[in-house]
Amino acid sequence: MLRRTLIKDHLQEAILFKHRAWVAAVFCLFFIIVLLVRLFNLQVLEYQHFDKLSENNRVRLMAIAPNRGLIFDRNGVVLAENRPSYRLEVIPEQVNNMEWLLVELGKLVELDEADIKRFRKAIKRSRPFEGIPLRTKLSDDEVARLAVNRHQYPGMEITARLSRYYPLGESAAHVTGYVGRIDEDELKNVNETQYAGTSHIGKTGLERYYESELHGEVGHQSVEVNVQGRILRVLEKKQPVPGKDLILSLDVRLQSVAEKALGDYNGAVVVMDPNTGEVLALVSMPGYDPNLFVHGISRKDYRRLQNPDTRPLYNRALYGQYPPGSTLKPFVGLAGLENKVIGHKESIPCEGYYLLPNEERKYRDWKKTGHGHVDLEDSLAQSCDVYYYELSYRLGIDRIHAFLQQFGFGKATGVDIQGERSGLLPSREWKQRSKNKIWFPGETLIAGIGQGYMLTTPMQLASATSILAMRGQGFKPHLLKEIHDPATGDGRQTEIAPLPAVKLNRQMNWNHIVNGMVSVVHGVKGTARQSGRRLKFKMAGKTGTAQVFGVAQDEEYDEDIIAKKHRDHALFVAFAPVDKPEIAIAVIAENGSSGSGVAAPIARKVLDAWIETQEQK
Amino acid sequence: MIGDNGYRNEGGGSSFSVKLVRILHLDPLLLFGILLLSITGMVVLYSAGDQSIALINKQTTRLVLAFVIMLALAHVPPSSLRFWSPWIYGVGIILLVLVLVAGDMGKGAQRWLDLGFIRFQPSEMMKLATPMMMAWFLSEKPLPPTLKTLLFAAVLILLPTFLIAKQPDLGTSLLIFAAGLFVVFLAGLSWSFMIAMGISGAALLPVLWHFMHDYQRNRVLTFLNPESDPLGTGYHIIQSKIAIGSGGIYGRGWLNGSQSHLDFLPEQSTDFIFAVFAEEFGLIGGILLLSLYAFIILRGLVIAANAQDTYARLLGGSLSMTFFVYLFVNVGMVSGILPVVGVPLPLISYGGTSMVTLMASFGMLMSINTHRKIWAR
Repeated sequence: MLRRTLIKDHLQEAILFKHRAWVAAVFCLFFIIVLLVRLFNLQVLEYQHFDKLSENNRVRLMAIAPNRGLIFDRNGVVLAENRPSYRLEVIPEQVNNMEWLLVELGKLVELDEADIKRFRKAIKRSRPFEGIPLRTKLSDDEVARLAVNRHQYPGMEITARLSRYYPLGESAAHVTGYVGRIDEDELKNVNETQYAGTSHIGKTGLERYYESELHGEVGHQSVEVNVQGRILRVLEKKQPVPGKDLILSLDVRLQSVAEKALGDYNGAVVVMDPNTGEVLALVSMPGYDPNLFVHGISRKDYRRLQNPDTRPLYNRALYGQYPPGSTLKPFVGLAGLENKVIGHKESIPCEGYYLLPNEERKYRDWKKTGHGHVDLEDSLAQSCDVYYYELSYRLGIDRIHAFLQQFGFGKATGVDIQGERSGLLPSREWKQRSKNKIWFPGETLIAGIGQGYMLTTPMQLASATSILAMRGQGFKPHLLKEIHDPATGDGRQTEIAPLPAVKLNRQMNWNHIVNGMVSVVHGVKGTARQSGRRLKFKMAGKTGTAQVFGVAQDEEYDEDIIAKKHRDHALFVAFAPVDKPEIAIAVIAENGSSGSGVAAPIARKVLDAWIETQEQK
Repeated sequence: MIGDNGYRNEGGGSSFSVKLVRILHLDPLLLFGILLLSITGMVVLYSAGDQSIALINKQTTRLVLAFVIMLALAHVPPSSLRFWSPWIYGVGIILLVLVLVAGDMGKGAQRWLDLGFIRFQPSEMMKLATPMMMAWFLSEKPLPPTLKTLLFAAVLILLPTFLIAKQPDLGTSLLIFAAGLFVVFLAGLSWSFMIAMGISGAALLPVLWHFMHDYQRNRVLTFLNPESDPLGTGYHIIQSKIAIGSGGIYGRGWLNGSQSHLDFLPEQSTDFIFAVFAEEFGLIGGILLLSLYAFIILRGLVIAANAQDTYARLLGGSLSMTFFVYLFVNVGMVSGILPVVGVPLPLISYGGTSMVTLMASFGMLMSINTHRKIWAR
């Protein structure tokens, strides 16, 4: 009996359980189907969406910076090239303790505060998993030390990059300029895509002027990356197009001769080929080492380059504005002949000073005792001031201004470097506009000897001299001779751009002026006769001494007691050979005191070097 | 059909294999499912573990060990299991308390007990001990259970659940809670009572929220809106959804899942291994895999239904259902319909402890199916 109830009980329970097991099975199957519906949703309905996300996850587009174009002189000497350099980068996402890492790395390589400051700033605007440069230009020792300890510092990487190098150092630094890190303002002005992989940009000189040619076109690669951003493989690659090479009209040999010739003087030398406008040398002294700027200049070096007495960064050849002094006289003389206010054989008496009618002030000649009776040729050879006072008086400022304008005075020459200054060719209208004062006759006299308001850059003087040398037909000065595309091998010559020719009513007037300039160098009384000795062919030139420091009436100018920085500037312009000019030179030696004693010999040295190069051909 | 009566009706096959299966106390269908799943697991793990042979070797060692334990338990008759149930449960509870008092920390949670020679996770043992205890307790009582029985049963379930949640190990405590609940359900808990419990349970959710740790709350919050914290806690869910979704219908092919191989997936060889599988084998693979799981679960329920006594039925049913909960919670979490709780994908995720426990439960199911008396109790 008992046994039966137990069995019955058992059966009931078994039936109950079976029922429940069925429910459980249905329950499980139902939820498994829920899972399958979920999978269907993700994998079929939303497949496109997730597939795209997955692709974005793994594929990253990386820019490849193009190699910057090289810069050569006219003979193929390299002025700017790219050299591999190593840099230390840190990927912040992979670093657990940045402060600790910076301290540790500081023990292995030299890290100054500027490096760290720049690094911290860069972190803020970097993309995730991007290596941020901490130190550039690692030495071989530093690379070795980092490489050995690399495993201790996850997130640290040593990368090799090409960086700009200027093998000539200080020589021609003002011409090439330099590249430096792109700053935020510059980034706004360039095509961001093109510069995606580029860290440096031309800051000054040709590097800046021809930035778009030198830079090239960015390449890119799509790479598969893991979650740390490490590249696993390259899926697709488009090679960058390297920047174009610049072949300059510059001749490095002439350039360095001119640099040496200037010696310790601050100053500038510009040498041109008057037949084409090609600039053969463009010197500004003192120079500086452009390599200092490529990886960020140290504060100490920069302070040194800011020395107010020498200002090495200042390109005197283009930005320096100096009174031309007596180097202006050939142009004023030509203006006199052309305006027929004087005959080329007409003499003017010089007693050492000049008086304007109704004025008591004496306009002094540099030679106290005077030059006696001088005609045009004598006036140039001896640089007689009184002759030009009289001539200027006869011409008046309006005619002087109109005539000199044709030689490019008061206007930038348009040479291919940014920031060239225009100098100043004064006029009545200019004075009214800028000073709101009327023009005084005395100012005409001062302007006529290249002083007073007159200002020219060495580049302008060289260009004006070239126009004179070519008897009126000038050419726009340019440094770039040819652009060469290393990818295709194509070259593109810079077009020679003739300037509006200076037309004279009487062609003979050119010869009268040129003869006067020849006397400067070759005449017995020529101011630069010392520099004309044993010259193989005839050179035409004109010395100049530009006052920096106003000497009061009747006061003696004593070189010895005047501080060096107040001494007169020494100038010299020249071209040669006289009959078939091939070279035009402008020299200025700041505080050189004497155009004939300091500036002319510099030009002679350049000329000798040029003759040497011609003979080698 | 899996609905038939176990091995005795298996007519096909050589007499030797039939004998071997009988001697070893194995259920051929369940064994087939488990083996197929384990092999699938190895294939996926090879891909998820970046083709590391060392990883496969380790996992194989564990699998062999787990198989031995399964075989051993298959030999233990259900009556012995029943006899030992309260003892195992009691010891388990004591160990859980010990863990809270003197356990080792691991990943911010106290789960391990260092017994000197072996590091041991008592919560893992409770996954078996709790349903065993419940089955023992309820099989003694007339069924369906009375209210008094239910109250006592609730204590038996909630005690280990809370002790484990306190460690804190939300995943395991959830599994244990479910395992206990399934026993009560299978024992014939009335539907009206279940509905009432469901409603009051929902009402208790805010209380549960109050007792949760910050990281657990975060998990729930990011589950509700994973995009709110894409780089932090939501990252796992987003990346795993991307992996599954980008698998499409046919998958990217074995060893070709970019999400997994490029390390975007977190925990890709353990808890999130299903995402690797889904990325590489697609929806088709997912259907096949879930079918295989369904086969194993249903086979377990059939074994339970055919069991000869209430204890065996309740235990077998609960173990099968627990296996289902593993699957559902894991796949649900990886595919983003459940919060992230640390539950592995059964028999596929890399890791030893859950595998041993799971195989032990299969051993018990096999024991239930192969130890039959002529006379039922």
